[in-house]
Amino acid sequence: MPLNPTPASTFHDNTVRLFAYAAVLWGIVGMLVGVLIAAQLTWPELNFGIPWLSYGRLRPLHTNAVIFAFGGCTLFATSFHVVQRTCQVPLFAPKLAEFVFWGWQAVIVAAAISLPLGYTQGKEYAELEWPIDILIAVVWVCYAIVFFGTIGVRKVRHIYVANWFFGAFILTVALLHIVNSAAIPAGWMKSYSAYAGVQDAMVQWWYGHNAVGFFLTAGFLGMMYYYIPKQAQRPIYSYRLSIVHFWALIFTYMWAGPHHLHYTALPDWAQSIGMLFSLVLLAPSWGGMINGMMTLSGAWHKLRDDPILKFLIVSLSFYGMSTFEGPMMSIKTVNALSHYTDWTIGHVHSGALGWVGLISMGCLYHLIPRMVGRTQMHSVRAIELHFWVATLGIVLYIAAMWIAGVMQGLMWRAVNADGTLVYSFVESVKATWPFYFIRFVGGVLYLGGMAIMAWNVVMTARSGRVAPIPVPVMPSAARA
Amino acid sequence: MDILYLLIPLSVFAMFGVLGIFAWALHAGQFDDLEREGARALFDPEQGSIGTSTEKLPPCH
Repeated sequence: MPLNPTPASTFHDNTVRLFAYAAVLWGIVGMLVGVLIAAQLTWPELNFGIPWLSYGRLRPLHTNAVIFAFGGCTLFATSFHVVQRTCQVPLFAPKLAEFVFWGWQAVIVAAAISLPLGYTQGKEYAELEWPIDILIAVVWVCYAIVFFGTIGVRKVRHIYVANWFFGAFILTVALLHIVNSAAIPAGWMKSYSAYAGVQDAMVQWWYGHNAVGFFLTAGFLGMMYYYIPKQAQRPIYSYRLSIVHFWALIFTYMWAGPHHLHYTALPDWAQSIGMLFSLVLLAPSWGGMINGMMTLSGAWHKLRDDPILKFLIVSLSFYGMSTFEGPMMSIKTVNALSHYTDWTIGHVHSGALGWVGLISMGCLYHLIPRMVGRTQMHSVRAIELHFWVATLGIVLYIAAMWIAGVMQGLMWRAVNADGTLVYSFVESVKATWPFYFIRFVGGVLYLGGMAIMAWNVVMTARSGRVAPIPVPVMPSAARA
Repeated sequence: MDILYLLIPLSVFAMFGVLGIFAWALHAGQFDDLEREGARALFDPEQGSIGTSTEKLPPCH
């Protein structure tokens, strides 16, 4: 079967490689800032009295760096890789893909400068000011053109399920970003939201929750559905279930946002709808988790020998844990205890460190050697070490935050017989100190794992050889 | 809560859009032979073929 010798017959992996390296770099930066702010909560002197280093400015820098820089670059790298392999064509408009890379890096750098300087729209996970928001929108539209263009020129008739997840993620994030970032500029780095009061809060959490749902879940599920079968060398447990998983998730996710606004000025019925849909979400989430895990059914020994599979499968167990915990916390009576406490922080990080972080690392460990002409990372033992260090870090982190959160909730609501509060707020802060310290240790471990990964990636890249990979010719039955 | 007049129609339209795409996928035969398609994803130049096809893929590099 002859291969077409023209340059068009090789995959466009340059952008994939750049995004994969950038993901590791920004992972280190984002997690380092996370460790710094965890240390600031433990030892407030570490604010140094310098406004640029104060917790309030670094916290959004941490969230933006880990979500949009580390997570975002991983999503770009893997989606560009998966869409080319499953469609059996090179990227549509590779120059535009390169623009997506440099444009996204410009967004990240702009965030890293403007947030410490104090420029913010004050919306969680959407802090960046309007000129940066416009750049994000432009880059995102180009991303959509490259991705859907590649689907459009595909050589395989069937669109693999991972591409459905990536596609939904791209479209929904565009919609969420544009609606939530609507603002009236009042200067180059100042703007006012187009919405006011509780309206603004509702739009913000419609955005915020769906950003979790589509940026941090749908996109990473797309990765899960490609890289787990690849790494395990077995087809997905039930491909049929993966299709059901996709449509069920897409139809139910959009409505869960109000659970972020329990017991606020938001009307009660809107809160209850948010709670109801959050509970419904448990079903598709667990369906997907079981589907991913059962892919190893009959080949569980691979989990013992292959540290990359450990990353991928354990990430799914954290996905299962946090998609169980989330609906529970959205129940209003539970939320009355958990809201505004560190339990929320623990929940977010069981999803972020456990699910998003581990699956990203596992996929990057699969992807990076193949992008430099190797089949394996420089050191497999280092992957194994990274896995255990990271897992220990996560366990310390979330266990500390669970205990701290429940304790805070109970202390804040405790009342004496005469109706006065048993504890002052500062007493709950004091009681939290040991848990902030444990959380800091967990964060240091997780960052340490990322440093091991960075070393491994550098060693792999240095000994690798970048060669274009030809597009194979597919059996005729699969052609479009 | 005027904002719901924006968010609910937006979400409903998005849902109809999703329904439309689902209907297209169904009629375009995207879901006709699922188990085979699931296995086909394992083809690629880096790892060679372990799919269901009898045809062999070209060598890697």
